[in-house]
Order: sequence, then structure tokens, then C-alpha cells
Amino acid sequence: MSDNVEKYIKRETKESISNKISEKFVDAGLEKIRACINCGTCTGGCPSGRRTAYRTRVAIRKALTGDESVLRDIDIWLCSTCYYCYERCPRNIPVTDMIIKLRNIAVEEGFILDAHFGLADKIFYETGHGVPANGEGNKKWRDLRESYDLPPLPPTVHSYPEAVEECKTLMKEVGFRDLMDNAKELKEERAKEQEKEEEKADE
Amino acid sequence: MVKEETFAFFLGCIMPNRYPQIEKATKFVMERLGYKILEMEKAACCPAPGVFRSFNKADWMVHAARNIAIAEKMDADILTVCNGCFGTLQEVNKRIKEDETLRLKVNEKLKLLGDYKVNGTITVRHIAEVLGYDIGPWGIEDKIIRKINARVAVHYGCHFLKPTKIREIDSSEKPTIIEEFIEALGVKSIPFKEQLTCCGAGGGVKAYDGNASMTIFSEKMVNIDEVKPDFILDICPFCHLQFETGQDYLNQNQSCNYDYPVIHLSQLTAYCMGMDQEFIGLQYQKMGRDFLFGEKSTEEGV
Repeated sequence: MSDNVEKYIKRETKESISNKISEKFVDAGLEKIRACINCGTCTGGCPSGRRTAYRTRVAIRKALTGDESVLRDIDIWLCSTCYYCYERCPRNIPVTDMIIKLRNIAVEEGFILDAHFGLADKIFYETGHGVPANGEGNKKWRDLRESYDLPPLPPTVHSYPEAVEECKTLMKEVGFRDLMDNAKELKEERAKEQEKEEEKADE
Repeated sequence: MVKEETFAFFLGCIMPNRYPQIEKATKFVMERLGYKILEMEKAACCPAPGVFRSFNKADWMVHAARNIAIAEKMDADILTVCNGCFGTLQEVNKRIKEDETLRLKVNEKLKLLGDYKVNGTITVRHIAEVLGYDIGPWGIEDKIIRKINARVAVHYGCHFLKPTKIREIDSSEKPTIIEEFIEALGVKSIPFKEQLTCCGAGGGVKAYDGNASMTIFSEKMVNIDEVKPDFILDICPFCHLQFETGQDYLNQNQSCNYDYPVIHLSQLTAYCMGMDQEFIGLQYQKMGRDFLFGEKSTEEGV
């Protein structure tokens, strides 16, 4: 073949593959991601991917090649964790766990969605429940409980303020609180930078 | 030793705080079957496997372990009626039992709260598994006072069966546990297209992108509507919520006209065991408020 083939055939090549993401997978005991052959069985059975732009195999491929855009991409948040990909993977890769890991890394880097942040920050942190029944707006649910001869608030953290404090302590101790605060900070910084850039562009 | 015929009832969030009728029905069923049901005081959110596990898996495990520790103190296996709670607690409990290093790590954190520790002494059970396998269609027969003659769309949800390697309950592609159990109640499951796919609520999708969640759900409803069941039978309050609010949403936004009652396995079993229709609580739900078991379906004495 001629030596100057590059002159005629232009190919986009990636200089090198970054291991940054896949190393985090290995650290978490998820080295199996490297067994992925990108066959697409995961995508084929995905009920979310059928209706949205989310493609499981693309996310896994990007994670493997170190393409960090996958962390910014909202697509990974469209997985409903139904486990079809996990069940059907011919290479026996726990695919859903991989997507969860990608989300964990994304949150570490501040890519957390507002709806999820609110749920963690306001609801889960303050009440210990993901779907609470306390507060003004939830009176109808307490009334409904009473009509069933059940206490207005269940005997969970809802009935024990000290247990809510326990959960808060745990959230601080395991680093969950810091993780949330850090994600928020990174997110705000990023928003500011973007604003500046937009201003520049306007000028 | 774990107490026999006794369960620590893990309430979770959606059931006690949105569908107390399921809570009441579950207690009714289990107590009539001879089980002792204990309240898990101070239990918190499981935490939800979709949203909270997505932030940090290790933190999620520690919070789940706190709930497991409460049940261990009571020397009782955990009973849950929710796929999400089951998904979280069953998986974390299994890991804690099998992995000593993890158990030590988790206990290190729990120690900070005082009297909390996990030893891996209990099992986490889902009510569908207890009814389907422990009691079984063979055992429920002489416990019920009436059968109802209905054709229903059974929705298994995802986290009850999957991942099969961890759950070890039934096949994820062709399960029969619920079908066989409800047959003893006179109820026939009618298969429909894509029966086992997700309702679209899980994984934080409903919280983040209601639209995406509804597109997945609308396809589910089209498939259900094709077979015109008497009602939709689920085993998870989050799927329950999705079927309820989802039908309402499609009616209002996509000119659909759905009104399928949504009934949890606990509610159905409670009715067959003698709980009054009024207590089943459909009048408090969004869909199928006027549905009467006796009316649309012919009641048979047993």
C-alpha cells in the first residue's frame, strides 16, 4: 500500500484511551466492565432506550474508552434500573451496576440533577423518608391513615425525631452530606463559568 | 435464632404515606394466616435503590444496614410489600451475610449511632414470595372465605425477581409465582405483550424526567388495554403509584380514557380472606373507584 494513503483517506483517530473512568470501576470491584464486547444486547432489551435517546452500550463504551462526556450526559439518568440488561448480558456483566457506578462518579464530579438533589437534600435529609407524610401539604394522607385506624404518622422515623437526627448523623459520617454539598458547589461553579462564557460570546 | 412465624414489617415510604390501605390489608392477611407482625420502630427509607444508590452505593448500603439492624434486634425476618424496599434490603442483607469485610466496614459506621449492629442473622422477604411459596396456592385455599372470578393483568415489576442471581426467587423471563397463587383465589392472569417490562417509575426516572417516565408507561398501558383486564394487579407501591397517577396523566394529557383499578396483591388476598370491600380502599385511589369485586366479577362461595 502506498505510504501516502493518509493524504487521501482522512480518518479520525483517538490518540490514546484514557483509563480514568474504568480504573474507578476496577477499584469498586467492577473490572468485569472490561469483558464488554459492545454487542448491544443491553440496548436491545432496554425499555427506556426504546423510548429515549439512552443507549446502554454507548454509555458502557464511553466509560471504557474514558470518554468523560458520558458523565455529563443526562442519558445515564434515564435508566430505570429494570435489570433486563443485567439479566441478558451474554458476557455476564452486571450492566445495571455499571450504570449505577457511572452515576456515582458523575455525582462525585458534580453532575447531579436538580430533582434528585432536591429529593436528597430537602426530603430525605430532613425527614429520613423519600416520600414523607409530615408537613402541611400532606395532611390528607395522615387523615387517610387515621380513617384506617392507623396512627396519623407511621411508627418510622416520622414518629421519632431522635431517629431523624440519627439518620442525619449517619449521612454526615458516611460522607453523604459532603458528597451532596460538594456536588452542589461544583454545579454552581460550572453554572457561573457558563454564564461568563455566554457574556463573552454576547460581547 | 430468628423467631418463627414472625415478621418485622418494614413499611418503607410510599405504602404508609400514600397507600395505608395496603398496610392495613397486609396486616390483615398476615395475621389471619397466623403470623405475628411487629412494627419496626425508627425505621427510615430503605433507601430507594434508584435515586439514593445512584449517588453513592456505599452510603446507600450503610443506611440500608441501619434498617436491617433494627430487625436483627427484634430477632425477626423482614417483611416488605414493595419491590424497591425489597431490592435494597434483600441485596444489602445478602452482601452483609456473605462479605465479612463489608460487614465490618458497615458496623464501623453504625457504631457511631450507638446500639446498631448487623450480624447477618435475618432474611428479607417479599410478601409475594411468602404468599406464593410459604403459604402457596395449596395453603391459601382453606384460609379464604370467597373467590372472585376476575381476569387481571399481573405486573411483577422489576426488583422482585431481578437480578435473579441475587434474588433467587423465580425466572425473570417467565415467572409463574403470582399466577399460580392468584389462581387459588379464582383470579386468572391474562398474558399481555411485554408483560414483564418496567412501569417506567424506577431508577430515579420518575423523579427526574416525568415525560420519559410517562412515555415508557404509555406503551405499557397500550399493551394492557389490548387485553382489557378487570384490574391491574401489582406487588409494589411504587408501581401502584405509577399505574394510578400514570393513567390519570394519560387521560388528561393524551386524551386516553383509562380507568383500570390498581390493586396490590395484599389488597386482593385480604378481600378473599374476608376484608370488606370498603376497607380495600379503592374509593381513595385515583382509578377504578367504583369497582366492586362482587359486581364485575361473580362471587363464588367457597
